[in-house]
Amino acid sequence: MPERIAVAMSGGLDSSVVAAKLKREGYDVVGMTMQLWNQRRLPEVASDQATGRCCSLDDVYDARHVAGQIGIPFYVVNYEKQFEERVVQPFVQDYLEGRTPIPCTLCNNFIKFDQFFDIADAAGAAMVATGHYARVTQNAETGRQELRTAFDLTKDQTYFLFGLTQQQLARTMFPLGETRKSETRELARSYGLAVAEKGESYEICFVPNGDYAQFIDAYLREQGSPREPRPGPLLSSDGRKLGEHRGVHHFTVGQRKGLGVSSPEPLYVIATDPQSHTVTVGSNQDLLRPSLTARDMHWVSIDGLQAPTRAQVKIRNRHMPAWATVEPLEGNHIRALFDQPQRAVTPGQAAVLYDGDLVLGGGWIE
Amino acid sequence: MLESVPFYFDHNATTPVDPQALETFTETARDVYGNASSIHHFGQAAKQHLETARRGVAGRLGASPREIVFTSGGTESNNLAILGSVRASNTTRKHVITTQIEHPAVLNACQELHRQGVEITFLRVGAACVVDPDDLKRELRPHTVLISVMHANNETGAIQPIPQLAAIAREHGITFHSDGVQAAGRVDSHVSRLGVDLYSISAHKMNGLKGAGALFVREKTHVHPVLFGGHQERDRRPGTENIPAIAAFGVAAELPLPDTSALRDRLEKGILASVPNARVNAAVSPRLPNTTNICFPGASGEAILIALDLAGFAVSSGAACSSGSIEPSHVLLAMGQSHNQAQSSLRFSLGAGNTIDQVDALIHAVSKVAHAHHREKIYA
Repeated sequence: MPERIAVAMSGGLDSSVVAAKLKREGYDVVGMTMQLWNQRRLPEVASDQATGRCCSLDDVYDARHVAGQIGIPFYVVNYEKQFEERVVQPFVQDYLEGRTPIPCTLCNNFIKFDQFFDIADAAGAAMVATGHYARVTQNAETGRQELRTAFDLTKDQTYFLFGLTQQQLARTMFPLGETRKSETRELARSYGLAVAEKGESYEICFVPNGDYAQFIDAYLREQGSPREPRPGPLLSSDGRKLGEHRGVHHFTVGQRKGLGVSSPEPLYVIATDPQSHTVTVGSNQDLLRPSLTARDMHWVSIDGLQAPTRAQVKIRNRHMPAWATVEPLEGNHIRALFDQPQRAVTPGQAAVLYDGDLVLGGGWIE
Repeated sequence: MLESVPFYFDHNATTPVDPQALETFTETARDVYGNASSIHHFGQAAKQHLETARRGVAGRLGASPREIVFTSGGTESNNLAILGSVRASNTTRKHVITTQIEHPAVLNACQELHRQGVEITFLRVGAACVVDPDDLKRELRPHTVLISVMHANNETGAIQPIPQLAAIAREHGITFHSDGVQAAGRVDSHVSRLGVDLYSISAHKMNGLKGAGALFVREKTHVHPVLFGGHQERDRRPGTENIPAIAAFGVAAELPLPDTSALRDRLEKGILASVPNARVNAAVSPRLPNTTNICFPGASGEAILIALDLAGFAVSSGAACSSGSIEPSHVLLAMGQSHNQAQSSLRFSLGAGNTIDQVDALIHAVSKVAHAHHREKIYA
């Protein structure tokens, strides 16, 4: 009997290719799509762009179509309740508290590589495969599972995967870790998959139109606790009041658009404070930070950090990891001292530590 | 895909087509292509088949053939009954009473009426999944124009006290509709004994084909059409009749459905004996002889369903939402179960083709899957 593998199929190009590839390699593949969020639930934030987004009916249709093409059993599993509790509500809370969260990491930690393993168990699948661009290797000496960046660094998704545990990694396959995106599309074409020409989505899946503040307002209204608009002062970096803003959750560090004030040189949000309802703006120079601290560190490929270590630190998904000296602090925190100051260090985002292609671990920027 | 043919335990979703009905379907589709409204020979032949089928369906319900309106299926029958009878009533204020455990075809037709200004009461049910006639009496209003209560629940199989409920309606001169899609053929569906004015049935739940259904409309009960067109079905349902499917429906309606109560009981006992703490939903109520709905506390019904499907057994859980994933059953929630309890339940529904060997294999598979999940902590 060939080994059974549960493939998490989003209806997109990457996971479709994974399912087809594994099937061709002779595995007993079961395709599953996770229904995480009802895209029609908050009509205010609905958008034509919701097609091609995770969990839209079109994507489920595509996943089912591909499963039919490659001849595998296919199921849609419902995690809407868990997704709302573990991902959406923390996302909303973070924004209200002035942070800029990454829901994808929470979804990976608590849904895709947690709840999904239970359904894989039920299906009798020893391994789970996804379309993420990342690699898992095993350390020959220690036996430890190691998370490594994808060969295609432009698609690497390890920034969102640093929270995976040893147990999770031991059951996970990333068959696209050594494939370039262009090759993935070529594979899809050669397999004749219906999604071979399908585009990519970049927005957070449950906010199809990309307007987080509007989503948060709509969600809180639906929950029966609409937010009073809390306008506040827009301050310059030296404390002068430049104007009024509509509420801190409309702003994120580094943001340039929608500030509502004019200035001879470009202005950026450099801080938001939900307590005093202030948003502080300044020049690009004001955004630079020499260091960061991060909390709730999770170590992936190493046991932990005992002494200051050199590492490359990535502070958002599209950030080129920057060299820093990383020192462990009390209470599972770290401080990273950058060799060069970094722009827009944003509370709520992850700081992920790399040693070359090896993901050491990560935590949440304070 | 799967190598072997799986065993089918989902007859409340739909039934396999009876061979005789299938033969009638293919022969009629090939030979009787006339339009039943046409005057000529071909039209007359089609009309003959239509009326033969009407007599067959009427016979099943103890109705007169003229009281049978053919439709496209259960959903349309329910819509015609509810929208049609409320529109036919001539009061200005209108009130409809239905229940929380109805099929979406009834619930959403009522929601549509609500949007149009009709008052709707959704009767509650207890853990037994049965409507209390006293509750119905309490909710009557002077302008109640329609009461709609399903004959047997599709998920638990619980049979509703239709004769008592219909008697209350009659006493007050209120039209009474029952959705008999699950019950027809499985339990006594004689419309006079039930006392209903309107009764919906569907061909594919009784070994006919998808695409045909019927609404029993008692003489002198008024129903406005919901579709507009030609004069077919005595001006109650326009559209060229689907003769092949209707002819097959007539054949299927005349065939007795197999009595699966012994198999159902064997399945129920077998599962309860082999899975500790499993329990039967609505066990205290009179139920359809082919249905059992079993809760596996702490387990994911979805996970068990998938495991059983991969092992070659087709069962169901809750209701599929538009994406095809499972939402907790609104019926179990209406019975007072929690979200988690409702998601831990599976429905097994039997029918033609199920055998003792299949049932025993299913018991074995359920027991194996449930125990495997216990070990692998699907039980939270």
